[in-house]
Amino acid sequence: MLKFRLEERAKSPYWLIILSPFIAILVAIILAGMLIILAGANPFESYYQLIIGAFGSKNSFAETLARATPIILTGLAASIAFRAKFWNIGAEGQLYFGALATTFFGTGLVVLPSVLMIPFLFVIGALAGGLLLLPLVLLKLYYKVDEVVTTLLLNFVVVLLVSYLLEGPWKDPMSLGWPQGKSVIDEGVLPQVLSKTRLHLGFIISIGLAFSVWFILSKTVIGYRIKSVGLNASAASHAGIPIFKTVLIVAILSGGMAGMAGVTETAGLKGYLTLDLSPGFGYAGIAVAMLANLNPIGVIFSGVFLASIYVGADAMSRAMNVPTYLADVIVALTVLCILLSLVFVHYKILFFKAKKDD
Amino acid sequence: MTTLLKVEKITKKFGDFYANKEISFEVKKNEVLAILGENGAGKTTLMNILFGHYTPDAGNVSFEGNTIEFGNTNNAIKLGIGMVHQHFTLAENLTVLENIIIGRQSIFSLSLPKRQARIKILELSKKFGLPIDPDELVANLSVSEKQRIEILKTLFLDCKLLILDEPTAALTPQETDSLFSTIRNMIKTGLSVILISHKLNEILAVSDRIIVLRNGSSVGETDTNSAERQKIAEMIVGKKIEYPQKTKIPRKSKVLSLLDVSYNKADAQRLSSVNLNLYGGQILGIAGVAGNGQTTLAKILSGHLKATQGSIVFEEVGSVHISPKSFMDLGVAYIPEDRNSDGIVGDMEIWENAIMTEMDDSFFRNSLGFINKKNSFDRSRNLCETYDVRMQSIRQRSRLLSGGNVQKLLLGRWLMREPKIIIACQPTRGLDEGAIASIQKLLLEAQQNNSAIILISEDLDELLSMSDDIAVMYKGMLSNPIETRTTNKLSIGLQMAGDGF
Repeated sequence: MLKFRLEERAKSPYWLIILSPFIAILVAIILAGMLIILAGANPFESYYQLIIGAFGSKNSFAETLARATPIILTGLAASIAFRAKFWNIGAEGQLYFGALATTFFGTGLVVLPSVLMIPFLFVIGALAGGLLLLPLVLLKLYYKVDEVVTTLLLNFVVVLLVSYLLEGPWKDPMSLGWPQGKSVIDEGVLPQVLSKTRLHLGFIISIGLAFSVWFILSKTVIGYRIKSVGLNASAASHAGIPIFKTVLIVAILSGGMAGMAGVTETAGLKGYLTLDLSPGFGYAGIAVAMLANLNPIGVIFSGVFLASIYVGADAMSRAMNVPTYLADVIVALTVLCILLSLVFVHYKILFFKAKKDD
Repeated sequence: MTTLLKVEKITKKFGDFYANKEISFEVKKNEVLAILGENGAGKTTLMNILFGHYTPDAGNVSFEGNTIEFGNTNNAIKLGIGMVHQHFTLAENLTVLENIIIGRQSIFSLSLPKRQARIKILELSKKFGLPIDPDELVANLSVSEKQRIEILKTLFLDCKLLILDEPTAALTPQETDSLFSTIRNMIKTGLSVILISHKLNEILAVSDRIIVLRNGSSVGETDTNSAERQKIAEMIVGKKIEYPQKTKIPRKSKVLSLLDVSYNKADAQRLSSVNLNLYGGQILGIAGVAGNGQTTLAKILSGHLKATQGSIVFEEVGSVHISPKSFMDLGVAYIPEDRNSDGIVGDMEIWENAIMTEMDDSFFRNSLGFINKKNSFDRSRNLCETYDVRMQSIRQRSRLLSGGNVQKLLLGRWLMREPKIIIACQPTRGLDEGAIASIQKLLLEAQQNNSAIILISEDLDELLSMSDDIAVMYKGMLSNPIETRTTNKLSIGLQMAGDGF
């Protein structure tokens, strides 16, 4: 019988570190290709259609980047939180809370010129996302309530709250009966950055935020504290680093990023709040952060990658008559393969023959 | 005497690093072979190869003339090699009997053959002088009793060669003596023992032969009878060791006192009405078997825990807000006993660890919160130079440092702050003789600078040579300190076992 065992590498070779995510993606694509064959289509042609659908024209490219915008922001939310080992699974709820704040303040309650209105909405959205997370952080810090459970469950509460508001008090009377919020005033709408496409200023802002987060995490005392608390909270606290304050800041930053994703979707893409504002962008952010190994700059690339799969899969589905759910399968397989590839990066696999044990 | 185990030219590489390089030795029947070496010398790798956890790159091992198949623990056990790890591998919620027999059963068997097992265990227990109650829950046992179970577990599998990894780490001197007499008993009945330890005195007391490993190679072998302590210590480190000499200085004014301090919450060991006075320039040693409240005491003294009753008084300030940071600002330095999990952030670079206590100092950050890298680097280099932290670069990840260098980095980080009070928990545990000497020297120098030091240690030799006064902890109580020169190892040992409480 052939057995194997993992042995930790003293040092991982550089070529392996760089190559491993690409190999992982390749393996995921091959595995998903088998499913495409099962669905009765030619995998090469299907993937061709997927790439064309995501990058083939100005419009599709813009659509991919527009779709990447909220995913990059929720990816940043997960990256910041996971670095400090604060498991915020609630980006979906924080996104919707940011969207609620945008609707509340941005549909006429506050009127400012555009240059002020847009930053104002982003600040409001970030505060809303952060505030939603605040009670959960306090529960964790004071009573050790597991944040995985609380952040996850609060997602459903927030989505139901949005549903209640859109079906009831916040329903736009001009919407012909559709459950949607009032339109964001013109001053608050994020301008297009590519004419005749849906790509809006939110994409540029999300890139800017990714660089800012990278900057904060790598150059400032706050970033240093977040890193030390995440890597070894006990040692950090023995060196006088305030754990409580650091985790609080992490949560506010993380919730803030997800809240801003709600702003870009409400004020950028649609112009108003709907119940299907986010088809799971909050959860996609976790996959994006994992793919990027929690690196904020990497989140930009993995966010665009994920968005291209989702956008391209729609085109593939239409052209090849295969289910769009393949997009979810490809994403899930990619995340699994990346996680597995990390094992290979850090460990060597030793095979050995073992005699039958008795 | 016949040869039981023969190890020939074992080599094991991790990448370019030789963990073991052409190590050869023999274990004869009826002998205790001690393997000495500092952390990272290759002791554990070597034992893992013998016990089947690792496959070596080259070399041969034969047991009773048969070549051992590598990488197969079951095979090692079947041949008669048993190992007791430093950290026990017992299931606390099972009885002694169940623990001993459980690993040997297929997970698909529905019942345990308890009756025959019980007879065999009781026989072994009697034969080797290892008294146990087979029906007691393991959770209710003391450390030394658990160790007995671990040893019985290997004997139950008919082991012929017993490997003990740091067996005395958590024992009182009396328990250590009794373990050694058990080992002597085993030798008489035909077993052989490999003893891995860094406590030289114990090795000299119990072993027949000593092998010293350094940097993965075997650097010396000697009969214990003809061994000299100093020489072996130097063989382990590879250079001359200068042990620090204590010079007593007159006691300064009182800096800290604990008044009737108790702690009785479930998240830490209990304390019951501890009183303590600490003076500048004093080293107060605290002896005790691990787990009798020393950790709680240290945490209360450093602001990590708030006493449930009683008060802690800093002489110049009076009472104070309880937090690690505010205690640090008052001049308290805390060396936690587990330097890897509570001291250093292994995945951060050396410079990042070196300035971790200083993040509020405007010298290392500007008003916008950016880290001043130049000053941080300068300070880190300065620290590593002053306190002899050996590294390749301050940008190196800290986990790659040896235990001694980690401790020098942590202690240096505190000493840079010129602390008034140092709480040192097991500061030299697990370190090699060279590092022990440097850490002790640094602490004694701090004392000369009028720091008050609380030295919590399980190493009685260390306590006796370093402290001005010694107190003993037992079940959360602290005895009155006595002057070190008026006491001795035996009477402290008795107190550690509960005498006088």
